[in-house]
Amino acid sequence: MSLSKEQVQHIATLARLSVDENEIDDVVEKLSSIVDFVDQLQAAPTDDVVPMAHPMDMSQRLRADVVTEDNERDRIQQNAPSVQDGLYLVPRVLD
Amino acid sequence: MGCTSSPGSLIDMSGPGHTIHALTLAELASGMTQGEFTSRDIVETLLGRIKDNADLNAFITVTDDEALAAADRADADRANGNAGSLCGLPIVHKDLFCTKGVRTTCGSRILDNFVSPYDATVVERLRQAGAVTLAKTNMDEFAMGSSNETSYFGPVKNPWDLTKSPGGSSGGSAASVAARLIPAATGTDTGGSIRQPAALTGTTGLKPTYGRVSRYGMIAFASSLDQAGVITRSAEDAAMLLNVMAGFDERDSTSVDQPVPDYRATLGESLEGLRVGIVRQHFDEGLEAECSARVKEALSALEDQGAILVEVDLPNLDLSVPTYYVVAPAECSSNMSRFDGVRFGHRAEDPKDLLDLYCRSRAEGFGAEVKRRIMTGTYVLSAGYYDAYYLKAQKVRQLISQDFKSAFEKVDVIAGPTAPTPAFGIGEKTDDPITMYLNDIYTIGANLAGLPGISIPCGFSGELPVGLQLVGPHFAEASVLHCAHQYQQITDWHQRCPKDFE
Repeated sequence: MSLSKEQVQHIATLARLSVDENEIDDVVEKLSSIVDFVDQLQAAPTDDVVPMAHPMDMSQRLRADVVTEDNERDRIQQNAPSVQDGLYLVPRVLD
Repeated sequence: MGCTSSPGSLIDMSGPGHTIHALTLAELASGMTQGEFTSRDIVETLLGRIKDNADLNAFITVTDDEALAAADRADADRANGNAGSLCGLPIVHKDLFCTKGVRTTCGSRILDNFVSPYDATVVERLRQAGAVTLAKTNMDEFAMGSSNETSYFGPVKNPWDLTKSPGGSSGGSAASVAARLIPAATGTDTGGSIRQPAALTGTTGLKPTYGRVSRYGMIAFASSLDQAGVITRSAEDAAMLLNVMAGFDERDSTSVDQPVPDYRATLGESLEGLRVGIVRQHFDEGLEAECSARVKEALSALEDQGAILVEVDLPNLDLSVPTYYVVAPAECSSNMSRFDGVRFGHRAEDPKDLLDLYCRSRAEGFGAEVKRRIMTGTYVLSAGYYDAYYLKAQKVRQLISQDFKSAFEKVDVIAGPTAPTPAFGIGEKTDDPITMYLNDIYTIGANLAGLPGISIPCGFSGELPVGLQLVGPHFAEASVLHCAHQYQQITDWHQRCPKDFE
C-alpha cells in the first residue's frame, strides 16, 4: 500500500469527509491503487516544460465592480436545510 | 460498406404518424413546417415513450406539464410567424445543467432536493430558440464515472443490451437518444463523458472546444476540462444545436469571444483533400479486435470519399489517463468543497459541531467514487505532494497538448476509436477504478488539450455499436461536423435502431 491508514484519515479530515472504520481498508486500497497508477507520470521528462493550467492559455477577464444580480435571498434560501431571519443556521462555533 | 447484414433495424419511415419518435431534429422541423404534425404531437408521443421505457432508468425527472405548455407556446409562435430555429423541437437535459424551478440533482444524493434558482446559459439559449425540454437525464454522480453506475439514482441500461452499461457520464442522455425516446440530449464531457456513451450506444456525440459553449449553470466537476455538448442521431442535428449553444457568455469567465460560424452551412462540402490523421498509438494493444476493424473500415470509407490519410504520432497518449486522474480530481476536490450541508443540499442529522456537520453531511451525501476523487485531489494538492503530482501533471498536460499541436500541423482532423471496447456489462468494472478509468484512453487527450471531438457510429462488434472519433484543432467544430456528416451520407450506422425500440 502506497498510503497508510493514518495518511488516508488525514486526507479525509482535510477533505471534510468522515470515513467509517468498516470502510477504511477498502478506501486505503483503492486510493493507493490510484496513487500507484498516477505515479507513472514521474518517469516523464518535463524539465523546462511550462505547466499548463488552462487549455486556451488565456487570462481571466475582469468586469466592473457593479451589482448585476437582483436580491433573491428568500428564493435561494428555500434550498437551505436550516435558516432563520435570512441567516443560515449551523451548530454553535464559539462557546 | 456492409450496411445490410448486421445488427440494428432501419425504421420504416413510410406512413404518417407512426414514426415521430424515429425522426431527427431536422426531419421534425421540416414536418412541423409542412404542417404534418405539431410540437404538441411530438411531445405527447415522446412523453408516452419515456413512460413506457422507464425501465431504462434514463431519466431522473420528467417535466410533463411544463413540456406540454412549452409545446403549445411553440405551436402558437409558429402559427404567428415567430418560430425560432428550434421552434417546438424536443430535447432533454443532462441533470447537471441548472434548470430554473426544476429539480437539478447531478445524480447525487447531496442534491436530491435541490431546485435550481436559475437556468444554465445552455438551457436558456435552447429555450429561447424554441426548444422544448421534456426531462432531465440520469448520469454518473457529478459526472464522475464512465458507466453511469455511480448515479445515486441507479445505473442506466443500454438499449442495445439491457445487461450492458450505456457508458457515462452522460449515460441517460445517450441511452434515451439511442432508444428513440428523444432525438437530442445535452451532455457534458470532462474526459469523454459525451463521446464514450455515444460510442457505446450508437449515437452521435459532440464535445466542442473548451470555452466554445458557456459553462454558466453547469455544475462544475473539473473546471479546466468541462465542456457542454450534445448527443443526437446525426451530425446535422448536432450542428443545428451547436449553432444555438455556442457563443460568448459574459457570465462564464472562460467563455471565448470568437465568432460562431453557421455549422450547418459547410456540412455538404466534399471531403476531397481533407487530411485525416491516423494515430499510430491508437491501434496498439488494448483496442478490441472488432472495434479496430470497424474503425479501419471507416477510415477507408473516408479515403474513398477523397480524404487523404496521414500517419501522425501522439507519443504521450499513454500518459493522458494518469495526467487526467491528477488534474481532474484536484479541480474536483476544490469544486466539491461548496457542498457543505449549510446553504443547500443534504445535511446530516444532529451534528455535534460544525466539523461533524461538514464531514457527515458530505460522507452521507456523496457516493464512493466522488469521495475517492475528492480524496485523490486533496492528496495531490496537499503540502509536500503538490509539486510531485499536481505540478508534474500540469507539465505532462503541456506535453500532450504540444503533441496535438504538432499533429495538427500535418492534418485537419484526427480519426480513430472512441473507446477501446464496445459496451461492457453493468457491474463488470465497478470494483476496479483503474480499469474503469482506462476506458477513456482515447477521449481524455481532447479534454486536456481543449479540443473539439465527435463520436459517430461506424458499425458493430457482435451486436454492440462501435464509435469512430474525430478530433479537430481548437474551434474546428465545423471540420469535425462536416467530416462526420459526409461519412453519414454514405453509411447508415447512425440510423440503426436497437430492436424493441423501433
